[in-house]
Amino acid sequence: MSTNAQKKGFGATVWDYLTTVDHKKIAILYMIAGGFFFLVGGLEAMFIRIQLAVPNNDFVSAGLYNEILTMHGTTMIFLAAMPLLFGFMNAVMPLQIGARDVAFPFVNALGFWLFFFGGIFLNLSWFLGGAPDAGWTSYASLSLASEGHGIDFYLLGLQISGAGTLMGGINFLVTIINMRAPGMTYMRMPLFTWTTFVASALILFAFPALTVGIFLLMFDRLFGSNFFVTAAGGNTVIWEHLFWIFGHPEVYILILPAFGIFSEIIPVFSRKRLFGYSSMVFATVLIGFLGFMVWAHHMFTVGLGPIANAIFAVATMAIAVPTGIKIFNWLFTMWGGSIKFTTPMHYAVAFIPSFLLGGVTGVMLATAAADYQYHDTYFVVAHFHYVIVGGVVFAVLAGTQFYWPKMFGTMLNEVLGKITFWLFFIGFHLTFFIQHFLGLWGMPRRVFTFLEGQGFETANLVSTIGAFFMAASVIILLINVIITSVKNEKVGNDPWGDGRTLEWSIPSPPPFYNFKQLPLVRGLDPLWIEKMEGKKGMTPAEPLGDIHMPNNSFIPFVISFGLFVAAFGAMYRLDYAWGLPVLILGMAITFGSMFFRSVKDDHGFHIHKEELTDDNDKGVKA
Amino acid sequence: MENNQTNTGNPSVDIVYRRKRNAEEMRHQVITFALMIFFTIVAFVAVGSGMSGWFTVPFILLLAAIQVVFQLYYFMHMSHKGHEAPALFLYSGLLVGLITILTFLTIVWW
Repeated sequence: MSTNAQKKGFGATVWDYLTTVDHKKIAILYMIAGGFFFLVGGLEAMFIRIQLAVPNNDFVSAGLYNEILTMHGTTMIFLAAMPLLFGFMNAVMPLQIGARDVAFPFVNALGFWLFFFGGIFLNLSWFLGGAPDAGWTSYASLSLASEGHGIDFYLLGLQISGAGTLMGGINFLVTIINMRAPGMTYMRMPLFTWTTFVASALILFAFPALTVGIFLLMFDRLFGSNFFVTAAGGNTVIWEHLFWIFGHPEVYILILPAFGIFSEIIPVFSRKRLFGYSSMVFATVLIGFLGFMVWAHHMFTVGLGPIANAIFAVATMAIAVPTGIKIFNWLFTMWGGSIKFTTPMHYAVAFIPSFLLGGVTGVMLATAAADYQYHDTYFVVAHFHYVIVGGVVFAVLAGTQFYWPKMFGTMLNEVLGKITFWLFFIGFHLTFFIQHFLGLWGMPRRVFTFLEGQGFETANLVSTIGAFFMAASVIILLINVIITSVKNEKVGNDPWGDGRTLEWSIPSPPPFYNFKQLPLVRGLDPLWIEKMEGKKGMTPAEPLGDIHMPNNSFIPFVISFGLFVAAFGAMYRLDYAWGLPVLILGMAITFGSMFFRSVKDDHGFHIHKEELTDDNDKGVKA
Repeated sequence: MENNQTNTGNPSVDIVYRRKRNAEEMRHQVITFALMIFFTIVAFVAVGSGMSGWFTVPFILLLAAIQVVFQLYYFMHMSHKGHEAPALFLYSGLLVGLITILTFLTIVWW
């Protein structure tokens, strides 16, 4: 295999991506798949807002509304936000710690394909008799009563994609623990790597709860067990506990990498080191720990009793402390910095007050007594959209603009980027700010329409107009992506000019082996240190030598495809005679390909020293 | 038969010290192994002797916990250097799991 880039045909490129184990290509796959599901979820959001634009609307029926609402939530959380963040983690984290790939490249590919097939399976429900309709939380008593196969699509689809996510999380943990470059101690890791680390630990501990919950519900629905059937001695509240033991850490799995992205952007464009680095690390870890002790605040109105409610209320409010530390650190990083208002910096600056609004309503909701008033109203909807859109989606958009050159070697247009930002920023606040008041006025969430004369008309219309602003902004982003890709003007190592961390010390996009020689890290913001001493790049930590690389493999795709087939069999087992054979066939494909992987020796290949010195760059003596 | 070979090229490896440490570790392993067998017998005796369940159940759980610690520290070498990250994750996982069990015991089932 040569390092020289060669023009490849379309088919060869597709095959390359289907079999790739390179973290940078898997990142692109995550971005494409996550971006696609983001558009699908966005379309569902537009349908919701159109339906609610005027009172008594009949744009969609009540049942279809439930399906759209469920799929909007499920798609956005599991199939859009998480994969997009996984895309950034894959693209950036190994570069930031000076690694040549993740610890288990094969498992990385497997994780992606499991997520992809799970997501496709879930969305096929639209064409196969109706989507799930019990909300993204799928509370057991409601989801057990749901007719058709919608909920089964939810259960099997999330089970498959959840396995992929868990693998990804473990992979990132092992990578960060074992594969840091010489000198990259824990307390020199960039904040995005730290947040990836903590988010991965949360995935490791939280996803098993979801897996167990989904398994129990799947057995209740498909195999006649009674875990959540109250009439048969089951307990429906246990589903809520299991779901939220997973679900609350899940929101931190989403927001921590978002914090990480902003913690990278703000120092670069303030041209100052991150204020209070060690307190940022401490706050990140503390948020991770506290995230596991607050899940029952989603269940205040279940009737757990005043003592349980009080404990979980206090624990929840405690999270405001480390989050506050972070907010102040970002502000102090900008304070006195020489700030460049690029598009990513626009998002970062807008993120702070937007997210803060969501945080404040979070503390309001954490007050258990008051929560009885807010519960199941649009106030809750406004709260979580402020933290997830104002936090995670802002971070994804900012990260897209910021890391685009590192991933693709071209710069997204700044003017179009700023138009995207302003449309999105205005649309976001227009859509969701008014929903706080809708909630306080008594509009319930998850209801498909409202009547005239209840005082909700104007506010809902305003909210819908805001949603169209956001849709326009996403369309401009897509136009920006197309224009940039067609122009294809390549940029250098450090296109923003003020990169501080290792990823900006190598070409954009990086060669497939990332680092010709592993860099020597001499402190926090290693590239910045070298720049300040007048050097052009990193000092290598090793002499130029052969590099060991993994071979591409089609097996991850086949393993995931087998589970995809088996899921259809499991679901239609009782309806059709072919159900059981298909289930067995799917499992045979999966286990057969796993067996093949186990017995086939694949030692990878070496890039020889001579190939690395092909170009003019002879490498530096260590 | 004495084994004076090392698998490193480092000439300053202290073989005498290594052998002494290995012998000490071996002694610990034999002692803990004997203790574990003993605990298992005690557990069976506790059940067989017909004592109240309010004693035997917590007693056996305690013995089990001690055995897990023995297993981790004496047989899986968790006390050695380089096991900090696994230890951290084990204990955080334990913390999260125990809080969950505590909550289920207190607010779901009773």
